[in-house]
Amino acid sequence: MALRSSITRRTLTLGLNSTMLLPLSRSLQTFSLPDLPYDYGALEPAISGEIMQLHHQKHHQTYITNYNKALEQLHEAIQKGDSSTVVKLQSAIKFNGGGHVNHSIFWKNLAPIREGGGEPPKASLGWAIDTHFGSLESLIQKMNAEGAGLQGSGWVWVGVNKELKKLVIETTPNQDPLVTKGPHLVPLLGIDVWEHAYYLQYKNVRPDYLKNIWKVINWKYASEVYEKECA
Amino acid sequence: MIKERRFVRKAASNVITATYELKAPPYPLNALEPHMSRETLEYHWGKHHRTYVENLNKQVVGTDLEGLSLEDIIIVTYNKGDILPAFNNAAQAWNHDFFWESMKPGGGGKPSGDLLDLIERDFGSFERFIEEFKSAAATQFGSGWAWLAYKANRLDVENAVNPWPSEKDKKLVIVKSPNAMNPLVWDYFPLLTIDVWEHAYYLDFQNQRPDYISVFMEKLVSWETVNTRLEKAKARAAEREMEEERRRKEEEEGKPTNEEDDDDDLEMYVDNDNDDSEAE
Repeated sequence: MALRSSITRRTLTLGLNSTMLLPLSRSLQTFSLPDLPYDYGALEPAISGEIMQLHHQKHHQTYITNYNKALEQLHEAIQKGDSSTVVKLQSAIKFNGGGHVNHSIFWKNLAPIREGGGEPPKASLGWAIDTHFGSLESLIQKMNAEGAGLQGSGWVWVGVNKELKKLVIETTPNQDPLVTKGPHLVPLLGIDVWEHAYYLQYKNVRPDYLKNIWKVINWKYASEVYEKECA
Repeated sequence: MIKERRFVRKAASNVITATYELKAPPYPLNALEPHMSRETLEYHWGKHHRTYVENLNKQVVGTDLEGLSLEDIIIVTYNKGDILPAFNNAAQAWNHDFFWESMKPGGGGKPSGDLLDLIERDFGSFERFIEEFKSAAATQFGSGWAWLAYKANRLDVENAVNPWPSEKDKKLVIVKSPNAMNPLVWDYFPLLTIDVWEHAYYLDFQNQRPDYISVFMEKLVSWETVNTRLEKAKARAAEREMEEERRRKEEEEGKPTNEEDDDDDLEMYVDNDNDDSEAE
């Protein structure tokens, strides 16, 4: 009895020590600004270089900076068991983490014309679009209507429901990622309709921005994601 | 501040249509330079604000909302949170009017008199107020507004005894609101606002919202206007209190006579099994 309990105690102590060390020594992953796969001016005239630079270097960077800060505070609060703070931080994480998630997708959704930007989707995604929306034009029309009608700030998405294998068009407010509209929704293509995404060039005429952005939409990336989910 | 209503009689149909007009800011479009550019005013007032008014008119014509004041439309279409379509345009039309009037060329500085007293009472100091207001404006995520408002409402709970003395119920508060929302729907009296939709500052400050907010506070705020609004708010709050007192007295005085009638109302007609019908 005594033997067993002493062995158990030693093992327990060892176990405790090793489990206690792990969380403290595992460092929190911090995020950094992904590089654009094209120059700031490469999407002109659809989107100006000035906007691309501000959007990437200022707006996206700020989301990342604030996301990292919020995560650090969250990490601390979790370790201290400070539930109030954990809960209080959720909106900052949603705003800034969502901003990081959404913009990381957005840069891949765009491509210069000479690299395929604007080329219609083919293969399985092209077929799915025709089946579900009738035609690419019809999808574009619907996206533009939803995007123009969105009050305030947000995003308009083409997504795929990976359970039902069906395409969807959705909007999300502020920086809410598409998954907040449905746990099975995977974003294929998102268009940022926050004013910062177009104001310097298009001013209040959001519909013109929406009309023109299709010239630089990178359907290749959207197809890749679609095929991965619906293979 | 309340939108002009222009009544137009259509000759043939003898129908009156009320339309809301885009009111110009109380200063030329370049008067706020260099703090807010003429270009910004041209787009912000000339396009954004104008569009809200035009779209509101289209939504309202031929409906029950026609002829209502702008503030009434806001309350009606807010619909206790179950928002109706015309709310966005109505609220934004009102918000922008309120915003232009909150500024003036050569603005900024410090308020005085009653307003300063209340600010110091409710925020500790003018500096603390500025800090809190700037913070609210900077942390309104996405589109929206930050407000200084006079809060004089009380819970409408019968038989409840308000533990606070009446003056403490009335206080200055800082609130922020998303998109088109404004404190009218919470029954507050707005005193000052700053528009923090990106279109309000992007041409002049790009992503630097905090700089825009600082410039607004230091160079643009019209404390005279805020003061005037505060006086109006206090007067309306006093009026309301008198109304409530009057109504409460009437109810109390009315009670004894009604008791007899109440008994009558309580008479019940109970069906019995006998068939009382005379028809055989």
